[in-house]
Amino acid sequence: MTVALGTTGPCQALSALRAPGNLRVIDAPDDAGGTLLLRWELSANDVAAGAPGDSSVTGYEIQRAQSPDGPFVKVGEVPPRTGEARDAQGLRDGVGYYYRVAAVRGESQAPSAVCGPAVPTGQWFHRGRVNTLVAVLVLTGLILYFIEHARRGRPVFIRKIAGLDAVDEAVGRATEMGRKVLFIPGSQDMDNVQTLAGIAILGRVARQTAQYGATLDVPVARSMVMVACRETVKEAYLATGHPESYRDDLVHYLTDDQFGYAAAIDGIMVRERPATIFMQGLFYAEALILAETGNSVGAIQIAGTAEPSQLPFFVAACDYTLIGEELFAAGAYLSREPQQLGSLKGQDLGKAVILVLLVIGVVIQTTGLFDFAALFVVQ
Amino acid sequence: MKRRVPLILTAVVGITFVVQFFIPHKPFSGLQNLLTDWVQIIFAFAIWLGALNLMKLSGESLYRRKKRWPYATITIACFVATAVVGLFFSGGSRFQDPGTPFDWIYQNMYNPLSATMFAMLAFYVASASYRAFRARNREATLLLAAGVLVMLGRVPIGDRLTGFLPEGYRLADLADWIMNVPNKAGQRAIMIGIALGIVSTSLRLMLGIERSHLGGRE
Repeated sequence: MTVALGTTGPCQALSALRAPGNLRVIDAPDDAGGTLLLRWELSANDVAAGAPGDSSVTGYEIQRAQSPDGPFVKVGEVPPRTGEARDAQGLRDGVGYYYRVAAVRGESQAPSAVCGPAVPTGQWFHRGRVNTLVAVLVLTGLILYFIEHARRGRPVFIRKIAGLDAVDEAVGRATEMGRKVLFIPGSQDMDNVQTLAGIAILGRVARQTAQYGATLDVPVARSMVMVACRETVKEAYLATGHPESYRDDLVHYLTDDQFGYAAAIDGIMVRERPATIFMQGLFYAEALILAETGNSVGAIQIAGTAEPSQLPFFVAACDYTLIGEELFAAGAYLSREPQQLGSLKGQDLGKAVILVLLVIGVVIQTTGLFDFAALFVVQ
Repeated sequence: MKRRVPLILTAVVGITFVVQFFIPHKPFSGLQNLLTDWVQIIFAFAIWLGALNLMKLSGESLYRRKKRWPYATITIACFVATAVVGLFFSGGSRFQDPGTPFDWIYQNMYNPLSATMFAMLAFYVASASYRAFRARNREATLLLAAGVLVMLGRVPIGDRLTGFLPEGYRLADLADWIMNVPNKAGQRAIMIGIALGIVSTSLRLMLGIERSHLGGRE
């Protein structure tokens, strides 16, 4: 064997480039269509690093045509050690496509056998979300059942929520002191369900202030919230027979900006010293700024939010706090309407079901019977 | 009619959105993005409602020399100045580019003011903690103890105090355990309740049982 000058050992020729095998092309599952999924066995020249054999493949080229004879055009490429790819480039549903996957090494290619026709289609049901559908149906069924149960006049027991029982007392305090009631419906917009829950509470508070003759002030951070709150407050004043006490500027816009809103409300609190402050809705970092300033002016504060990171601040700084689901229950609790109370009952049953599943899950996962948690993965 | 149309719209759109989560096929697949774009456009127009209301109330306060008229003056002056600078003196559509007068206002006035408000949180946390962490009863004592352990476990002095203990038994490990086990369990319990509350509230809104955002019952 001839050894070239400057080398330390014999030269080795590369083995012939082998094509990937067993190419399969299927319609991508659970999608809107326009996507195909390709799978193949790796080329013999694509072994893992450190394993015996040849690992000279530099990648795989995906080629597509609309007939088995071609012409094939490149539509994508993947690195070595990859046996799967998706093609979503300009595919039309209902049209058949043919594919081949070529192992690439430098300028050389070794294409696989042609596979096809594969036809992309959209699916009418996402099979990976069956578990969510079951959960939605069970929970909705429970809530609807108890709404109907309450509508038929059967009593529904709801535990006491201290923060909501204190609403009357808080508004009364403001009336006696001749100072205003400040209601802050969160710092977010109408697309957030916490804001809607806060506005439900505003309706009840507005009725109280209308009846007692207290002054209500509702500074908001979003224009749409301003419109909704005005409707709510106006209706409350009309319903209690005090339309003359309603003015549009009871509800007024400050700013969308988070800390600008907090600063403006702090200014209102320090200058006008409200006797009662309600903070009901979604708050972020401004929560503690508002709560502490309210505490410093001596107001009674009733807060409520479903933002877990802000709950500790409200609990520390406010007299009463509605924690999480209590905020959503407040509208039903204050109105005492049977249908709304029935929905709370259904929600509680849902919680009981989750509790049972938690206990079962802990036992199954601990004993290793099967992967119970995998039943709850949502794709 | 004024309430019936919004109620019907809420029900139809709400149910459609629930259904579209389970149906990947067109046209359901693109609905969420489409309606999100519509909502953004509506909110962008709606900001004029708020801005005009703010100017109206500030103008009235200034005109009638109400108690807060100096603040109203500042509000109007800043609003007008920023709008004028942004519209006419900052290169048109590229008004947010670095180096423009509008960007100068943002970097040198707005950002420091925002940072100031955010920085005040540190002092508010201290004052709230001072009031909350008093050992008035069993729960407050437990809160105080947990708070002290977590705080010590997060600073170097905690490592110094318990460095002689084997790994896994030091203050930092205890602090991590408190945050990862009982604290996380409590947070998850609250979040489960919140999730159920959101489902129940959304169902009430879709069925028209909850109507307070439209002004209450007819």
